[in-house]
Amino acid sequence: MPVISYIQAVTKALKEEMRNDDKVFVLGEDVGVRGGVFRATDGLYEEFGEDRVLDTPLAESAIAGVGIGAAMYGMRPVAEMQFADFIMPAVNQIVSEAAKVRYRSNNDWNVPLTIRAPYGGGVHGALYHSQSVEALFANTPGLKIVMPSTPYDVKGLLKASIRSNDPVLFFEHKRAYRLIKGEVPDEDYTLPIGKADVKREGSDITIITYGLCVHFALQAAEKLEQEGISAHILDLRTVYPLDKESIIEAAKKTGKVLLISEDNKEGGIISEVSAIISENCLFDLDSPIERLAGPDVPAMPYAPSMEKHFMMNPDKVEKAMRKLAEF
Amino acid sequence: MPVEKINMPQLGESVTEGTISSWLVKPGDTVEKYDPIAEVMTDKVNAEVPSSFSGTITELEVEEGETVSVGDLICYIEIEGKEEDSTEEKASAPVEETPVPSGEETAKEKPRFSPAVLTLASKHGIDLNDVEGTGRGGRITRKDVERFVAEGSHSQPSKAEKKESGTTQTAEKQPSQKKSEETVLESGDKEIPVTGVRKAIASNMVTSTTEIPHAWMMVEVDVTNLVALREKLKNKFKQEEGFSLTYFAFFVKAVAQALKEFPELNSQWAGDKIIQKKDINLNIAVAKENELFVPVIRDADEKSIKGIAKSVHTLATKARQGKLTSDDMQGGTFTVNNTGSFGSVQSMGVINHPQAAILQVESIVKKPVYMDGMFGARDMVNLCLSLDHRILDGLIAGNFLQKVKENLEAYADDTSVY
Repeated sequence: MPVISYIQAVTKALKEEMRNDDKVFVLGEDVGVRGGVFRATDGLYEEFGEDRVLDTPLAESAIAGVGIGAAMYGMRPVAEMQFADFIMPAVNQIVSEAAKVRYRSNNDWNVPLTIRAPYGGGVHGALYHSQSVEALFANTPGLKIVMPSTPYDVKGLLKASIRSNDPVLFFEHKRAYRLIKGEVPDEDYTLPIGKADVKREGSDITIITYGLCVHFALQAAEKLEQEGISAHILDLRTVYPLDKESIIEAAKKTGKVLLISEDNKEGGIISEVSAIISENCLFDLDSPIERLAGPDVPAMPYAPSMEKHFMMNPDKVEKAMRKLAEF
Repeated sequence: MPVEKINMPQLGESVTEGTISSWLVKPGDTVEKYDPIAEVMTDKVNAEVPSSFSGTITELEVEEGETVSVGDLICYIEIEGKEEDSTEEKASAPVEETPVPSGEETAKEKPRFSPAVLTLASKHGIDLNDVEGTGRGGRITRKDVERFVAEGSHSQPSKAEKKESGTTQTAEKQPSQKKSEETVLESGDKEIPVTGVRKAIASNMVTSTTEIPHAWMMVEVDVTNLVALREKLKNKFKQEEGFSLTYFAFFVKAVAQALKEFPELNSQWAGDKIIQKKDINLNIAVAKENELFVPVIRDADEKSIKGIAKSVHTLATKARQGKLTSDDMQGGTFTVNNTGSFGSVQSMGVINHPQAAILQVESIVKKPVYMDGMFGARDMVNLCLSLDHRILDGLIAGNFLQKVKENLEAYADDTSVY
């Protein structure tokens, strides 16, 4: 199996789906001739031409709106927000229209739209190029939010998102783009949206997280194993709606749960995960549910020392995991 | 010459307060540093409080017998001249010198268990005192319990024995769990975890029987008239009211009336006093499968027989549906138990702690009885009374039973249930 990077998995999935289905097209800022600022759509313009790889104006509400309209008309658009931070002007389109069309029209209409957006920090990108925005959308029924951690999951889940008949927000960690590599089969496959995945089996502590933090947890677990601490790691993969069953199972497995997110702590995805666990697992819990997350400040700072303070990293994760194991 | 404060020292890790049992100094006395100035009694140790300074005691702030928190001021001392180093040693010095039992016991004083640990312990009938904790501060983790279970029960009895000879207070508190350590499970035996209501019953029963010196007496009552009366009324009553007119309602009424006359029975033991309750709130026992509830009929003495029958009906229905509220269960002052409904003709009730007595109404049985110069078939019933002998004596209890008997035998053809 070829080993490719996280971003190559994105490109691969797009390419395969565009070859597979004429209705699939991409649109976004600089996705065409330039191949995307991160090069996620590299080569698509050459292969599929300007009719299926659309460079749009700098107007995110239009990117989302055009996508919604085309989707309702029967197309399968994949819209790109250049940075997740820029999605804000499109919130009305996404939340008020895309998420609600099926419900509002009593199933007459639906929106098979995928919106891709790079999120996350640790790239010295400062305020408007580092945010995690998933929590903003995560109480909007009608939307699905997918945040894969590995190249394998990226390809399988992006393909599943494109084939989904309802809108999916597909958030890609921009630091993972070239940092994370993994084996990805050339064959066509999809992975189920709404299913979490056990990335590591263990018996002392349970880590539930998503995105880049999965790798931090895996690294820390590797280290802690030498000290005799066995970590069970659940990758949410889809952060909305949550895979309650897997969360409950993972929490019950060890009774000691650490939830990790790069996003601000309060009101984040992991807060909801915590609520699910406390609703369902009281008698299996052996420690308070711990949350490790970014501080509650407005955004990722620019100064390197401050960014390091905000950003999640393997050391912070390892420390929290050890603390929980020792409880 | 500066005046310094001497505070209550920390006598052991978990000790938060102590009682000054006696002062060893009085104002004006001169003491050397480390001289004992007072004897202190805590729930852990008896110790002497050493002076933190050399000087003259000026004022005692705490009376003998008074209990003060750790860190509170207990007296003032005037220090002679050259004190530079004394301030830093204020009050904290005596910690090591006091005979604190042992670190292990201190840690075990206030163990905190996670829900997972408690769940596992109750599932497997484990006494957590036997489990060694490997978590932070010796906390018992879920894994510790799992390991303990996995290691098998063979190591359990020996530890349990050791434990029992050492301390007894935990055994007293959890009598219901002790049993499982001694019994051996054979194949095919079924283990039923003791939880919820069963556990509460077990614990209450042990409290009652260990704390209350029970005495017992029984009277036989002729309820032939009552039986006739009820036979006459029951169908019409059921039609009109929608619930049954039970014998039990008549008995409860008769007991409530008698309690009004003998309030001694309607009282509680409270250590140094007996509390006579004004309200007559009767607990009645209601069984639901393997659970037993004792909900309360409030102000039973103010209710008609119909009113009581209705209360009994409501409470029994609620119990069966699992809808009894804590309000329904609280405030009982005396218990009437309808043991006759199980066919019993004689029983020794366990008093519903902290009440003074419990009355068991047995089955009504037809018997040949010699009266008015001949034998006749009469409906007879036994009333069994268990009483707290600290509160009640045979005489008063006997009089009370006689009163109940009178009330019951006074039911006649013309008695109104309304």
